[in-house]
Amino acid sequence: MRDVPLVSVRDLRVGFDGLPAVRGISLDVGMGEAVGLVGESGCGKSVTWLAALGLLPKSAQVAGSVKLAGEEILGAAPHVLDSVRGGRIAMIFQDPASSLNPVHRVGAQVVESLRLHRGMRGGAARAEAKRLFDLVGIPDAARRLDAYPHELSGGQNQRVMIAIALAGQPELLVADEPTTALDVTIQAQILELLGALRRDLGMALVLISHDLGVVAETCDRVCVMYAGRIVEEAPADALFHAPSHPYARGLLGALPPIDGPRRPLAAIPGSVPDPNAMPPGCAFAPRCAHHIAACDSAVPGLRPMGLDRRAACIRAEAPVRAALVPA
Amino acid sequence: MLRFLGFRLLRAIVTIVLVVTFAFVVLRLSGDPALLIMSVDAPPEAIAAFRAAWGLDDPLWVQYIRYFNAIFHGDLGRSMRDGRDAIVLVTERIPATLALTLPALAIKIGIGVPAGVYAALHRNSLADRMVMVMAVAGFTIPSFVLGLILVLVFAVQLGWLPSGGQESWRHAILPVITLGVGGAAVLARFTRSAMLEVLGQPFIRSASAKGVPWAAVVRNHALPNAAIPTVTIIGFMVGSLIAGAVVVESVFSWPGVGRLLVVAVANRDLAVVQCILLLVAMTMVIANLIVDLLYGALDPRLRATRTAGAH
Ligand SMILES: Nc1ncnc2c1ncn2[C@@H]1O[C@H](COP(=O)(O)OP(=O)(O)O)[C@@H](O)[C@H]1O
Ligand SMILES: [Mg+2]
Repeated sequence: MRDVPLVSVRDLRVGFDGLPAVRGISLDVGMGEAVGLVGESGCGKSVTWLAALGLLPKSAQVAGSVKLAGEEILGAAPHVLDSVRGGRIAMIFQDPASSLNPVHRVGAQVVESLRLHRGMRGGAARAEAKRLFDLVGIPDAARRLDAYPHELSGGQNQRVMIAIALAGQPELLVADEPTTALDVTIQAQILELLGALRRDLGMALVLISHDLGVVAETCDRVCVMYAGRIVEEAPADALFHAPSHPYARGLLGALPPIDGPRRPLAAIPGSVPDPNAMPPGCAFAPRCAHHIAACDSAVPGLRPMGLDRRAACIRAEAPVRAALVPA
Repeated sequence: MLRFLGFRLLRAIVTIVLVVTFAFVVLRLSGDPALLIMSVDAPPEAIAAFRAAWGLDDPLWVQYIRYFNAIFHGDLGRSMRDGRDAIVLVTERIPATLALTLPALAIKIGIGVPAGVYAALHRNSLADRMVMVMAVAGFTIPSFVLGLILVLVFAVQLGWLPSGGQESWRHAILPVITLGVGGAAVLARFTRSAMLEVLGQPFIRSASAKGVPWAAVVRNHALPNAAIPTVTIIGFMVGSLIAGAVVVESVFSWPGVGRLLVVAVANRDLAVVQCILLLVAMTMVIANLIVDLLYGALDPRLRATRTAGAH
């Protein structure tokens, strides 16, 4: 880790109408690092990054701190946020088709970013847009610039979104379930593209997914979220081989065979707690096979598990690991 | 595109024919013009002569064919009351009607659209609530009631403005406001919901996420999309430029096409009524056609399905 991380989130809390959606998230993203954020749908992955970039509706209550290279951006002035968004932190979303404006040509939507963040106009902007289309692997780029989103496939639209994201030469790309809406074969291509771009451009990547498999292939480090909190943070391969937190273990157990088709995580019994009725202690306790009385007395904090990993489980060390050793 | 236009034109003609036919049938079945136009105690021979002169004795279908044949030769018939050409009677009233409906249209668009956009952008604020309350009120109060209230307040009580007639531009103020308020209310409500719908779309968030300042998100991303449904309502309003003032013209004794229509219907002055309906139908059909063309200009998705071959 460098001295000052690129992005540093501290105790981020987000509520909607008094109901907490994110309940104290702290995480760092280093320069050029690829961090995965996994967890079941609704656990607060998207809200975390939307809040960090000030993209939530005004009705959302946001507290905590988000620093970009040491500068606070949470609640920053609009003109500051406008230059951060797309210029230093870009974000792409789940459904590429509806994330693009249907009445503007895709080329113009790339050029808009180039104008905002790099002051490019006219022929120069168009040439750069074409270069970006080539970079993200859109065939026949010069002609595709004049297409409308409805004329392109889902995979191509996601490539356009990535080109728009790259247009501002951001230091961090937050990809929120970038492949969830796409066909399996296209999913792999987009993930490969994101990985390659990160390597070639030295850009940091936050990959949000409900699919641990997707994240493990692409990321250095993985944060597992449950009910608005991070419950485990570990290097991707370590997490994959020996998850500490029973929830992470459950996610892994729910993973389909490596060569099989991806599917949502569903195999953990029980369901995510209702935000209206959170358990008093560990939020995962009601679903946990290792549950003991002490789990219900306090919310467990993240504790170091060895050198480079942390888990929020009072029983994490011995029993869970022992149980994981393959027979 | 040409095929699309041809298809629309055909549909337009069919619409007009249907409107005219409907009016023809209803008018002939709902009362005898001879009895209405001649005085009640007119001698039976006079009434018979009137019927014969206007061809009212022939079977309905003969009259119908004769009527359409005449239209094809540019003859819209003559008024049964004073014998003048119906088309002349009607067209000389058009400027008076447009003198009300055009400024009213400007009010509807000039107030309704900005109010709706503002309300959507400040959803649930005090301003939004006020716009919505006024919009519901303006939409619910019938125009004759609003007209009468305005007359009571501004003409009778305050004496600021005349209550009826057409002598000066000041006579137009109350009728124009009466017409404009209701339409502005409809448009405000419609624009607001169209804007809210668009503002909730993912591409608005992704425009913000790429660093577009909010004002530009609204101008370049939200408005062009919200314009698509709003244009429909404006087109409808343009279509009612001729016929939309019937009630208001009556309330304010404004000698426009609407008043002429009321009088002509009461008298079963068939040619005049039919001429007005034809004009109204044509205005609406033309407005519709313009809306369709605008749709194509505003929404590339529609353009694509059209060039790909509309039926
Ligand atoms: N705009 C919003 N208004 C109210 N609740 C929201 C809003 N956005 C998200 N939420 C709630 O916040 C929680 C976390 O959502 P999200 O971060 O989208 O989950 P995910 O991990 O699937 O990305 C969910 O319970 C969701 O219902
Ligand atoms: Mg999400």
